Amino acid sequence: MIGILDYGLGNILAFQNIFKRVNVAVTVVSDPDELARVSKLVLPGVGAFDHAMDLFERSGLRRPVEDRVLGGDLPVIGVCVGMQMLAESSDEGVRPGLGWVPGRVLKLDGSRVAHATRLPHMGWNDVRILAQQPLFDGLSGGWRFYFLHSYYFEAASARSVLAVADYGGEFACAVQRENVYGVQFHPEKSHHFGAMLLKNFAERA
Amino acid sequence: MLRPRIIPCLLVRNKGLVKTVKFKEGKYVGDPINAVKIFNEKEVDELILLDIDATRLSAEPDYSLIQRVAAECRMPLCYGGGVRALDSARKIIGLGVEKVAVSAAAIRTPELVSQIAREVGCQSVVVVLDALRKRFGSRWEVVTHNGTERTGLCPIELAASMERRGAGEIVVNAVDRDGVMQGYDLELAQRIREATSVPLTILGGAGSLGDIEELVGKFGIIGAAAGSLFVFKGPYKAVLINYPDQTVRDRLSVVAARTVTRVEA
Repeated sequence: MIGILDYGLGNILAFQNIFKRVNVAVTVVSDPDELARVSKLVLPGVGAFDHAMDLFERSGLRRPVEDRVLGGDLPVIGVCVGMQMLAESSDEGVRPGLGWVPGRVLKLDGSRVAHATRLPHMGWNDVRILAQQPLFDGLSGGWRFYFLHSYYFEAASARSVLAVADYGGEFACAVQRENVYGVQFHPEKSHHFGAMLLKNFAERA
Repeated sequence: MLRPRIIPCLLVRNKGLVKTVKFKEGKYVGDPINAVKIFNEKEVDELILLDIDATRLSAEPDYSLIQRVAAECRMPLCYGGGVRALDSARKIIGLGVEKVAVSAAAIRTPELVSQIAREVGCQSVVVVLDALRKRFGSRWEVVTHNGTERTGLCPIELAASMERRGAGEIVVNAVDRDGVMQGYDLELAQRIREATSVPLTILGGAGSLGDIEELVGKFGIIGAAAGSLFVFKGPYKAVLINYPDQTVRDRLSVVAARTVTRVEA
């Protein structure tokens, strides 16, 4: 069963609905007992980096989640700020990140885009897959997702980058290190593209 | 390649959807959840949901409706109407809404925009400006409370100051074009575009896909929102939820890309 981590941030209901629609058993995880029952985990996140890290710490879930993730027993996917939390640090805040995927979070350079809209990066953008792997199985045409952010993940190692998107230059929009995945876009709000990716995470990752 | 955003805008009154003309009348067009289900099937880019009575009646946002709509939406949702305090914005984001819109309260207390932005991030704070064109010349005035209260303020200056306060998106709604379906106010759009750099969404006046193409052709990356266009069909305005298919949207993206390239060159 897949779990959606509920530490007070992110669209828990939207994730639940998508998994139900693609016939994946899903539950909300808000305490250690519930965590013990899931074999995979979604780490959602919206808003400011420090606020998200604060809430995760205060939820009492960080330690038990971390034990299983770093033990290699629990595949996890961070979404949006949930992805940024996987990094070691963020320019948006002062708190350290989880450091599960080596890298840091930097602000996008809005002056590099060719259009009058600078930041945030908002809307549907194409995604270029670098490393063919199960998360992006199953679609013959291009992948496209909804983005809503001003900061991005700069991975310490190029090998961690699964896919990039272009916003005044390419940036990592999907990363992976062993059983830890992260996506900057919102699969829970990206129609069939997002549903396919989440199903892939549940069944193939 | 980033695409322009084509956004149905739904107006809520008494838990039902209505469509106004110049902010008046308000023809019933259906049930919100049902409309969202149809827009899911059509894979729309985003959705805007505005409660047009909450501010005017000093009512709280209808949180249970917002929650049901947010859970149903498979696309990003922006909610506006009756948001007067940080608590309320926080609660709405907590219900699974991607963007929370403020208007009257932000105009009265601009600090509210900064407060919300600090808590939920700029990307999730939208300021909606209802702009009424003055009788003579290229001047507009921002109105609030569903068009019943005038502010004496200029939407161009206000858009720029809201951006400085931390708004992540500006939605400009041309009151005198609302429901008229004869094209966007491109002059107003141009003036606001020049004064801001955050994502901009234009609402009011779209009567055909040609109107959207014209907007996208002029500005490239922009939000093209519409009410009547996506809920009515035909000269007698029969209620029929519709949205351009992927082929048409691909073509609009090409138009946008061409504009961006041209500006860059």
